[in-house]
Amino acid sequence: MSVTTSAAPDRNRRSRRREALRGWSYAAPTALFVLFVFVVPLGLVLQMSGSDWPLLGGNQGWNFPENFADAASHRLFWDSIWFTLKYTVITTVLLLGLGLGLALLVQESTRWKSVLRTAFLVPSALGLASASLLFYVLYSPYAGPFADLMQAWGFTFLGTPDGALWSTVFLIVWRFAGFYMLLMLVGLQGIPDDVYEAARIDGASRWQTFRDITLPLLRPTFALTTVLCVTGSLLAFEQFYILTKGGPDNSTMTIVQLIYNVAFQGQNDLGVAGALSVIVLLALIVINVVQLRVLRRGEES
Amino acid sequence: MALQTQSATELIRVDEPRPRVGRSPAMRLVLGLPYWLFTTALAIIFLYPLIWTAVASVQGRAGTSQPEGWGFGNYVALANYQAGVWVYLGNSLFVSLLTVLLTLAVSTLGGYAFARFRFPGKNVLFLTTLAILMVPYATLLIPLYVILGAVGLSNSLVGVAIVLTMFQLPFSMFMMRISFESIPRELDEAAMVDGCSTWSALWRVLLPAVKPGLVTVGLFAFLAAWNDFFAPLILITDTNRMTLPLAVANLRVQVQGVIDYGATEAGVVVLALPCIVLFLVLQRHYVRGFMSGAFKG
Repeated sequence: MSVTTSAAPDRNRRSRRREALRGWSYAAPTALFVLFVFVVPLGLVLQMSGSDWPLLGGNQGWNFPENFADAASHRLFWDSIWFTLKYTVITTVLLLGLGLGLALLVQESTRWKSVLRTAFLVPSALGLASASLLFYVLYSPYAGPFADLMQAWGFTFLGTPDGALWSTVFLIVWRFAGFYMLLMLVGLQGIPDDVYEAARIDGASRWQTFRDITLPLLRPTFALTTVLCVTGSLLAFEQFYILTKGGPDNSTMTIVQLIYNVAFQGQNDLGVAGALSVIVLLALIVINVVQLRVLRRGEES
Repeated sequence: MALQTQSATELIRVDEPRPRVGRSPAMRLVLGLPYWLFTTALAIIFLYPLIWTAVASVQGRAGTSQPEGWGFGNYVALANYQAGVWVYLGNSLFVSLLTVLLTLAVSTLGGYAFARFRFPGKNVLFLTTLAILMVPYATLLIPLYVILGAVGLSNSLVGVAIVLTMFQLPFSMFMMRISFESIPRELDEAAMVDGCSTWSALWRVLLPAVKPGLVTVGLFAFLAAWNDFFAPLILITDTNRMTLPLAVANLRVQVQGVIDYGATEAGVVVLALPCIVLFLVLQRHYVRGFMSGAFKG
């Protein structure tokens, strides 16, 4: 007995060390990826944002806070922020509303409703770039299904600032409505049956049940879908790059498109692009924290 | 667990409405008519762009490379575009399959480590992996452009696959961790009592058990890599190494700004078809991915 008590902690420590070693050897590829493809680039973008760094020529030394001043005084800085926010509000309201609406329409699992669900979901299997290219042709005044109409009536989808915005919004709604429907369906499924049962016994009307039970109990789902949708829309790029390139007259310039232009189109300034990236990163963190706070607060009360 | 062929939609089962007493089937049909008309119209709106594009791609019109009438002129134009569609298809397949392979390898090993071992720094590593979700794509692509250039991977499809794998890690790692955690420990402990090492226990006993998770992770990695546009746009400059989405998008800036809409349609069909087929075949895994990935976190 006395022999084992002295040996046991030692053996224990050794086996724990062996477990840690095994764990690390299996986690090593993950750690390598996270370190070299995520942590190091994140550090580098911070360094970039404080350095004079042209696209060709590499780091020319610190110049903090010059890049941030340049970024904030870029003639499209505030315009692109304003446009991105507007676009985010529109898409978030539409996608969450439509997602819930579609989910309620096809909620029960009958054969026909399953077919409808699949139909609504198919566009979300497409890549965003493919979907944008598809709508680029649909909206074209030469080849699209509305080409004759457009020529007869003399209008274009993408030619005016408002047209370009709403045409892009339509594409995004088409591509993502099914996806948000799916998330809403999962949320609806999470509401226990007996709550509805109780409401039915109490004689609640359909509308009362929806307003007083379904909506409040969907709060966690709304928290998640709002964060997803807001983040996605604030970082919109591909749809505008393909459909409008930020035009007409820079009216659909999103903040990510601006970063891309500053880094790789014309200006070729990685330093200023880095500063813009850091600003977006910080804004996104703040927005997400605020959103989760606001959306979670009601949950507890 | 065998791969079941249950459809996505059956997974989401909400309680059936109780049958309304006293209404004949005919009466119910009439009362339901506005519903059927409305939802059918909606479904048509969702499917119309896809169907129109598929039909238009084999039909000639103004602004296409196909003379009026049925035929494959648009596909021929696409096939002959610059380096040729086969090169771009090959590039896209290479990037997608390499991304799937890397994602599966890294997230299987990592998920196993996170689910079964205690080691210092485990939580920090897991949370850092999840933090990838928080960081905008553009924010990382610009420094990655510099870093990949510095290590000789600029303009390289392997570099693109490495970047895409990193972006798949939060979802994949999460998915594999819960897949391994849902398997009772007794299973691999028994194997190890029988003389298996942790490696062979993983390989022989656990891997077959986490197959559904592997399929989901692989499906998402494939779709993400096949469809990705931003990473190759920034990291690839050589025309011969472009992936298909990039090549189809570039059809628009052809000679003197003349756009071949027909070839673009053909390109969209080639891009979309594998995604739609995969989605329809693996609907169940697609849905499960959202349910576990998005909601248990």
